[in-house]
Amino acid sequence: MQIHIQAQDGVPIYLQVMQQIKYLVASGRLEPGEELPSIRALAEQLLVNPNTIARAYRELEVAGVVEKRRTAGTYVAENGSPLARKERMKLLKERVDQLLVEAFQMGFDLDEVLKLVGQSELAARNPKKGD
Amino acid sequence: MVNSASVSYNQALEIKNLSRSFGSKQALHDVSLPIPRGGVFGLIGANGAGKTTLIKHILGAHYAETGSVRVFGFDPVTHPVEVLSRIGYMSEDRDIPYWMRVQEIMNYTRSFFPKWDASFAEQLREMFDLDPKQRIRTLSRGQTARVCLLLALAHRPELLVLDEPSSGLDPVVRRDILAAIVQTVADEGRTVLFSSHLLDEVERLADRVAILHEGRVLLEGELDAIQESFRRITLRFEQAFSEAPSILGAIEYRGSGHEWTYVCRGDREQLIQAAKTVKAEVVHEASVSLDEIFVCSVNRA
Repeated sequence: MQIHIQAQDGVPIYLQVMQQIKYLVASGRLEPGEELPSIRALAEQLLVNPNTIARAYRELEVAGVVEKRRTAGTYVAENGSPLARKERMKLLKERVDQLLVEAFQMGFDLDEVLKLVGQSELAARNPKKGD
Repeated sequence: MVNSASVSYNQALEIKNLSRSFGSKQALHDVSLPIPRGGVFGLIGANGAGKTTLIKHILGAHYAETGSVRVFGFDPVTHPVEVLSRIGYMSEDRDIPYWMRVQEIMNYTRSFFPKWDASFAEQLREMFDLDPKQRIRTLSRGQTARVCLLLALAHRPELLVLDEPSSGLDPVVRRDILAAIVQTVADEGRTVLFSSHLLDEVERLADRVAILHEGRVLLEGELDAIQESFRRITLRFEQAFSEAPSILGAIEYRGSGHEWTYVCRGDREQLIQAAKTVKAEVVHEASVSLDEIFVCSVNRA
């Protein structure tokens, strides 16, 4: 699990850990049912306070992204929680916004962009919805 | 009996209204800090802010002129054995007898601590790559720091006190020290107090912090809550200004012309309302690093 802590940007570290785990789940790099590192192991790896990792895990559990199991481990929640979908949507929206900004700067309008999306080779393959 | 007093105590340390002066110099002024068990407390301040003086009160090397210091419920001056047997301490200047060999300083320190864990000490010695026969005098600065860290950890103290532990050390030794802090607090209930002027270290490790400046506590509390209470907001004004327009709730500002950036604490809504009344709009908003929080606090003091 790849997490980078940026101590100097003022975002509390538990939030940085939460956001990055959400991103890893949303982008599929952490799979449903996958076990997360123990609090202690992650704290030692990132050199941050274990209480901070515990708080991030706790809040991720409340948000339905991860679940605790009887064996005391923490796992990515099964069946992709509704929040994971919401997060995926949010990530996608950011990319769409970026695309539109670039398109408008290059002088294309919305219809042209939509047409281009429809004509894409990837769109033609029409992948089934991943859920 | 003495033990039961400490077990029931949920504050590792309690400092109340502590003041201390040396001659005409007021080193500590009405310092009050509760330091709960099981956390990492980061003491932040410039050189001369009073960090080491405060730590010496915790160790019982200074008596409280006014106010009180309690470590697991004990006064460190009248109960040095109860207090010092629970503390692992690493001083800023890392002064240990330079003529001793590594094995000798380990044996010597062991004799003071009934709870010394010889196999853990040996494990640390190997991990830190220390030659038992080498004299302290011939060790590098980093290896000397590792010896001091070993001596502070080997009796598995309930409270680990580190005074500027990583100042002047290379990144590899710093990593050892930070890892030792993480491991100490990961063991249920053990507490760490460390002072540092390296704020990224404090940001990573502390769950509570206090900013000390000229002997006074300027800011104290949970780090997450402190960070979440500060915001940096950039406003764009219709009109250009040569000096920052004053905005209610702002504690620090910089900028020029149409755009001015303000730092506020807990008064975000108030500041945004105030901005509206002077026809300014919010163009950027961000969190504030501990570094900036420190500078703002000191500038306002």
